[in-house]
Amino acid sequence: MSILQRQTGTSVDFGYATRSLRTRWFSARVPVRILTVSAILFAIALGSGVVALRFGDYPLTLEQVVRTVTGGGQSFHRMIVLEWRLPIIVAAIVFGAVLGIGGAIFQSLTRNPLGSPDVIGFDAGSYTAVVVVMLLMNTRDYWSLASAAIIGGIATAFVVYVLSYRRGVQGFRLIIVGIGVSAMLGSINSYLITRADIEDALAVGFWGAGSVSRVTWSSMVPALMIFGVICACSALLAPALRRLELGDDAAVTQGTRVGATRLALIVVGVSTTALVTATAGPLGFIALVAPQIARRLTRSPGVSLLSAAAMGAVLLMGAQLLSLVVASFYRPIPVGLITVCVGGVYLIWLLVREARRHQTTSIA
Amino acid sequence: MTATSTPATDRAPDEVPARPDGSLYRRRALGLLVILGLLVVSIALSLMYGANPLPLDSVWRGFWAHDDTEASIIVWTLRIPRTLVGIIVGAAFGVAGALIQALTRNPLADPGILGVNAGAGFAVTLGVGIFGISSAQGYVWFAFLGAAIATVLVYVIGASGGGSASPITLVLAGVALAAVLGGVGTFLTLIDPETFQRLRRWGVGSIDGTNLTDTWQVFPFLIAGLLLALVLSGALNSIALGDDLAASLGTSIMRTRVLGIVAVTLLAGGGTALTGGIGFVGLMVPHIVRWFTGPDQRWVIAYSALAAPILVLLSDVIGRVIARPGEIEVGIVTAVVGAPVLILLVRRSKASGL
Repeated sequence: MSILQRQTGTSVDFGYATRSLRTRWFSARVPVRILTVSAILFAIALGSGVVALRFGDYPLTLEQVVRTVTGGGQSFHRMIVLEWRLPIIVAAIVFGAVLGIGGAIFQSLTRNPLGSPDVIGFDAGSYTAVVVVMLLMNTRDYWSLASAAIIGGIATAFVVYVLSYRRGVQGFRLIIVGIGVSAMLGSINSYLITRADIEDALAVGFWGAGSVSRVTWSSMVPALMIFGVICACSALLAPALRRLELGDDAAVTQGTRVGATRLALIVVGVSTTALVTATAGPLGFIALVAPQIARRLTRSPGVSLLSAAAMGAVLLMGAQLLSLVVASFYRPIPVGLITVCVGGVYLIWLLVREARRHQTTSIA
Repeated sequence: MTATSTPATDRAPDEVPARPDGSLYRRRALGLLVILGLLVVSIALSLMYGANPLPLDSVWRGFWAHDDTEASIIVWTLRIPRTLVGIIVGAAFGVAGALIQALTRNPLADPGILGVNAGAGFAVTLGVGIFGISSAQGYVWFAFLGAAIATVLVYVIGASGGGSASPITLVLAGVALAAVLGGVGTFLTLIDPETFQRLRRWGVGSIDGTNLTDTWQVFPFLIAGLLLALVLSGALNSIALGDDLAASLGTSIMRTRVLGIVAVTLLAGGGTALTGGIGFVGLMVPHIVRWFTGPDQRWVIAYSALAAPILVLLSDVIGRVIARPGEIEVGIVTAVVGAPVLILLVRRSKASGL
């Protein structure tokens, strides 16, 4: 529908403006705008990352930071910047990108701007699994938490999908079922938290607010490995994802194995949420917001994984920077709370806008 | 066509003629009997079960004797206050749900789902964390303020499309609002362990630990809300036909909406101040009640006020029994029971096609 509206010019580009790149050996179509926007966004994320390295209990000047990052500086500065602060900044950028990818995958699969993992309730599943492991099994081991988060997320995804299945899965039903399931999981979480002793409960509470500031290299290395796998898988699946947007029948005629592809995409999408939840706690609404802002910036009709990842990185890095700035004169705010507030306000704005545009028709 | 009439019309349209015939009256009378019977049973269960279960006859004796025997002390100091709170709060949340469903013409509406409880809870967190309030008497004003702001916000968001909002828009607006308020509230509790400790039990939704003094403080507001809801119910019937038709029938739409929001605020805000917010009661009860009453709001609201306490009391009894010697708060039980109801509602083709 939106594709047709955009065909006002003479050339038909279906919304994805591309330039043809032809050489003697190969030719490719390059989506110029998506690449440019993504590159600019990643540059912004990296830039704010460098700025963010300044902040902390021992403030540094920008010059000191740049000198340290480029290999110079005092050994004390090197330890602060490279050992303590850099993993946090890397985590903010990487997790933001991962959440952007996950959101883009699910929004594209459900063909609904609201179909992101945080709205559908997958991260509630990951969170419950991690709370159970932390409180009942008393372990903080990274791999136990990560596997619990992945299992919890996939199990919830499966339950939500099955419950909303009725002669196919409709976006509307998926979202409401997700809300119901996350309400249930949320009450189980509160039950477990109210039963824990106050210190455990506060620890889980802090973790549940979502924060990257406790990340160290030892937990970032496995996360980065998983990040690599997620990137590779989503790059491989991206063309099929775009074909699925056309509808199952059209995708089949283009040679896509719909069922298998969709399953693979769901697994990748859930892993993104699970990875972030296990390492940093639930960081709400990045997955919802990033693909949509990126879509508007790139003026493309559907979500694109690359620009969604770039936008996610910018958003989470920006939220982390804001959290650090606030911490420098007030007290640290878990970054997850900033993303929830900003994202929630954005969601409300999105709803108002969609309601205005469609008047009484449903946005689902 | 309208949300409120869906449960009746999709079962058998011919059962609800323009002028109710004998069968509808019979169904309403039967429903009233069933509801009153269940209410008595659930009150009895609520007085009997707990950490120290009492047989029915000693509850009976303790109730009338009102002396120093163990049974009498347990009944009078623990079980009766709790049961009373359950009845009052249940009626409040049930009627708030019925009202909000009628006002928004949305079968999925509930003060919990639409973020009204979250608004009240957030305001109470502010009161406890920043102004150091510690009694329900102090809570209640913050809760009213929060509930009022949240109700108006959700309503404005939902109505911004010009007409009535689609169910999903309203639900999502409520979820988003609850998320934002919950996020800020979490921050306020996390920076202050004392507030965290005081509110982590409260936020779950429990009718335990509310004393009678607090209940009586809030009681007049809840009664006012219930009466207002009953007075409005006739006008809500015409609102169900759509704004234009309602206006042509002589209903003042603006006044009905404003008073409706006031009633929801009193009920949900007062209920949240006492218990911390019990979700899904307002969602489930009106739907069940419509099986007996048909779509007439006057009956739906009156029956919801009687039927909702059953749900709250039974959920509370279940919470007391399954986790002995500990307890599970009633808000957790209603969420676990109510979320499947939400899912069932949305799986019905009529509701999701709205």
